[in-house]
Amino acid sequence: MVEKTFAGTIVNLNDEGYFEDMNQWNKEIAAEIAKEEGIELTDKHFQVLEFLRAKVEKGETLTIRSVGKSGIVDIKEFYQLFPGGPLKKSTKIAGIKKPTSCV
Amino acid sequence: MKRLLILGAGTAGTMMANKMRKALDREDWNITIVDQHKTHYYQPGFLFIPFGIYQKQDVIKSKSDFIPPGVDLIYSAIDKVVSDDNKVFLEGGKVLNYDVLIIATGTHTAPEETPGLKDKLWYKEIFDFYTIDGAVALQKYFKSFEGGNLVMAITELPYKCPVAPIEFVCLADAYFTQKGIRDKVKISFVTPLPGAFTKPIATKMLSELLKEKNIEVIPEFYIESIDNENKKLKSYDGQEIDFDVLTIVPVNMGSDMVERSGMGDDLNFIPTNKQTLQSEKAENIFVIGDASNIPTSKAGSVAHFSGEILYDNILSYIEGRPLLAKFDGHANCYIETGFGKGALIDFNYETEPLPGTFPLPGIGPFGLLKNTKINHYGKVIFRWIYWHILLKGKEMPIEAEMTMAGKKRVKI
Repeated sequence: MVEKTFAGTIVNLNDEGYFEDMNQWNKEIAAEIAKEEGIELTDKHFQVLEFLRAKVEKGETLTIRSVGKSGIVDIKEFYQLFPGGPLKKSTKIAGIKKPTSCV
Repeated sequence: MKRLLILGAGTAGTMMANKMRKALDREDWNITIVDQHKTHYYQPGFLFIPFGIYQKQDVIKSKSDFIPPGVDLIYSAIDKVVSDDNKVFLEGGKVLNYDVLIIATGTHTAPEETPGLKDKLWYKEIFDFYTIDGAVALQKYFKSFEGGNLVMAITELPYKCPVAPIEFVCLADAYFTQKGIRDKVKISFVTPLPGAFTKPIATKMLSELLKEKNIEVIPEFYIESIDNENKKLKSYDGQEIDFDVLTIVPVNMGSDMVERSGMGDDLNFIPTNKQTLQSEKAENIFVIGDASNIPTSKAGSVAHFSGEILYDNILSYIEGRPLLAKFDGHANCYIETGFGKGALIDFNYETEPLPGTFPLPGIGPFGLLKNTKINHYGKVIFRWIYWHILLKGKEMPIEAEMTMAGKKRVKI
């Protein structure tokens, strides 16, 4: 575990840079992490981040498909918002754990 | 008279019918099992059909052969579960009341979910091997295949038997080598995952194996559609892969019955307590096998291990005791790697596949995460075990709970 400061707040991250505690997150922190990933956050981005956080709070599994069915973005737009690895990047910015794929 | 109703007479449902009939008094409990199909498929055998190792008749038997006396078997499609009324509606309007319900309706492939998949190349140059028809069609195709670009692709997670696509490319490598045309066949493995497998230590072992066999792994490729005209896979982020022949794992979904009952997630898998196997919808509904959303493999071994837990918990529920048996997510998979060898993995929710020996610590005879001849024989013998021991709900000499004995913690 490592400690890192974003937007003046110290947060605990795991070795891969994902939040240990989703309650340490706020929008300013998200914007700074996004910048490190080369992404400028828009309202659309935040809607996706809130959707992901709500899912995790309910204990549901995150998949790219479920984001595509969220009504916020389709899968193609999700890729455009978070280029490279949409679920990996969006969860990092959303302050939640990296989704694990079941074996 | 009370009724235990089981929906689905596949691996999990059949096993539970056998186990529960032995435990529940026939004077007090009726057990009824419903399935729309009459044939029981030995699904692990589908993998071998494309390569002519098994034929269709090697993997089919009658479902009724495995349902014990004292269990009512109804052949019917299921319309829906109405959990508030403890009723199940069958197609055609027949209604079954239940006191306890086990849902074991499994998962099926849904090629229609991917644009261009079930199109003009379907079963001509695009095949699945998760259905008997797909596996048989592919066997026929391979007999006259003279070479080209063979792509094995996974569309979506989760899918049934996560190691099967890896086994498929290994067996294809062996098959074309033995046919003397391996140098004319390019084999690629396309996956939405970051590597050949989900967990790091197994991924390392399997990646090395695929590399040795000259099989290219193309990771993080999430299929949007298939272009039948130009024979290309297209991803959401604009990448393309050419193929001459495509074998694919279509999107896996739970039964439509689950959707009609309003019980499923976005892929129709049923939210289930991962330890007790009780559904989140109602206390008297339990879910076993591929139908549930528990975070472990969709595989027969999981159905088998979790069956022992479910047996305990249903008896506890009936007798008004707390559900103390807890499933740990235990899965155990033989991985056929071609040329008469195989590997083996054993893991659960918490512990990823590790190297070692199985089931006896230090002795084996099977080697975990090792490519050996004896592991291959384990897989060969398993078909007999499946029909004669597992489906009939008899004891196996392997514990339901995973053990660390015989496993080595390693660092990558």
